[in-house]
Amino acid sequence: MAEQKTVTFIITRQDGPDSAPYEETFEVPYRKNMNVISGLMEIRKNPVNAKGEKTTPVQWDMNCLEEVCGACSMVINGVPRQSCAALVDELETPVRLAPMSTFPVVRDLIIDRERMFDALKQVKAWIPIDGTHDLGPGPRMPEKKRQWAYELSKCMSCGVCLESCPNVNDKSNFIGPAALSQARLFNAHPTGEMNKSERLDGLMQEGGISGCGNAQNCVQVCPKGIPLTTSIAAMNRATNIQAFKNFFGSDNAH
Amino acid sequence: MAVHRELFYRRLHSLLGVVPIGLYLVTHLVVNHFAVYGEEEFNRAAGFMGNLPFLILLEIFVIYLPILFHAVLGVYIALTANYNLKNYGFFRNWMFALQRITGIVTLIFIVWHVWETRVQKALGVVEVNYSLMESILSSPFMFWFYVVGVISTVFHFSNGLWGFMVTWGITQSPKSQKITTYGVVVVFLVLSYIGVRSLIAFAYGV
Repeated sequence: MAEQKTVTFIITRQDGPDSAPYEETFEVPYRKNMNVISGLMEIRKNPVNAKGEKTTPVQWDMNCLEEVCGACSMVINGVPRQSCAALVDELETPVRLAPMSTFPVVRDLIIDRERMFDALKQVKAWIPIDGTHDLGPGPRMPEKKRQWAYELSKCMSCGVCLESCPNVNDKSNFIGPAALSQARLFNAHPTGEMNKSERLDGLMQEGGISGCGNAQNCVQVCPKGIPLTTSIAAMNRATNIQAFKNFFGSDNAH
Repeated sequence: MAVHRELFYRRLHSLLGVVPIGLYLVTHLVVNHFAVYGEEEFNRAAGFMGNLPFLILLEIFVIYLPILFHAVLGVYIALTANYNLKNYGFFRNWMFALQRITGIVTLIFIVWHVWETRVQKALGVVEVNYSLMESILSSPFMFWFYVVGVISTVFHFSNGLWGFMVTWGITQSPKSQKITTYGVVVVFLVLSYIGVRSLIAFAYGV
């Protein structure tokens, strides 16, 4: 029988949140159409590194396996993306895997994306409709607008835009592009619009929209093709108008 | 509503870069261009600017304080970025990095330029006129220092105009942002020509 073809993975590992990162190389048996996750599953099955030493299986995060949940984001050959959608046949070998550096590492390739959820809370990226009684149907949304808003709603908080952003780092408190665009999405919704100024207030707080430096990497790397920089410019306009209203306008600048 | 101090300072930073600093820069470069028409023409134009009424107040409120604020916050902004051109070599990411690099270069240039001209004049050491610039720029090192300084300043202003348009929510669509990019390239080329042409006139008298 011919010798089994293998794929080399060089993985940046870290045993815990406070331990030092190190690299470990693995030779994984090749299978047709395999993705990075199936490579990681092979390592989990047989956790032996390229030197033939037994090691701990590499830990990673995943959920949907169809690029809609955002959990399996990692840096693959220098590019942040979802490992489920990264096909080995389309990658340069050796395949280098590393955790996204913007986020705290939990273990190996698992990162903690809590800051993204905090950012969504800051801009109130939801529509408060809970009531103790039936509030009746909400206002209708034009179909054309729905189709447009659907594109913004594809955001899965995967963190790729934060990873590529030069202004999201430990020296700045910038919340990143994802939440800025989500504020726009919910402000465009006919019911969400009723809480528009609260979301704009979130954008105007520290670490909000003023942290953007227009490097525009986010829109280039977004796996969902969300027009993040258009959202940011639109929210720049909206926050400026809100700021003027707050200062010069009436006492009811909702 | 809460006080949004960070937003206010960043917006003020953006505004001051264009009004008044950008307007002052354009005026300054255009007045310099009188050097091309001869020593007398330049001294007449510079003399008009240097004898404006309330000159010291104009200088403080239109030039010194805005530049000081823009520079202090600008250095902070430049130092809090995490430059990542290696992994993301996109055009706008380059502009992002160059905007911060030219900001620092421009600050060094302006400090030296103000020291050499305005401060020396205040100390009564020199007169600000054609022959002062001629003597400074006749040294090849200073000539090239000024060329780098002027181009860096003009780049920072031109690219800053693009950022201003986004920051104030004027250009939102990718198309409008792209066309503005072409527009600021023209601004960059025109102002660079005016600036460098004057330097050549001072240094070589042509």
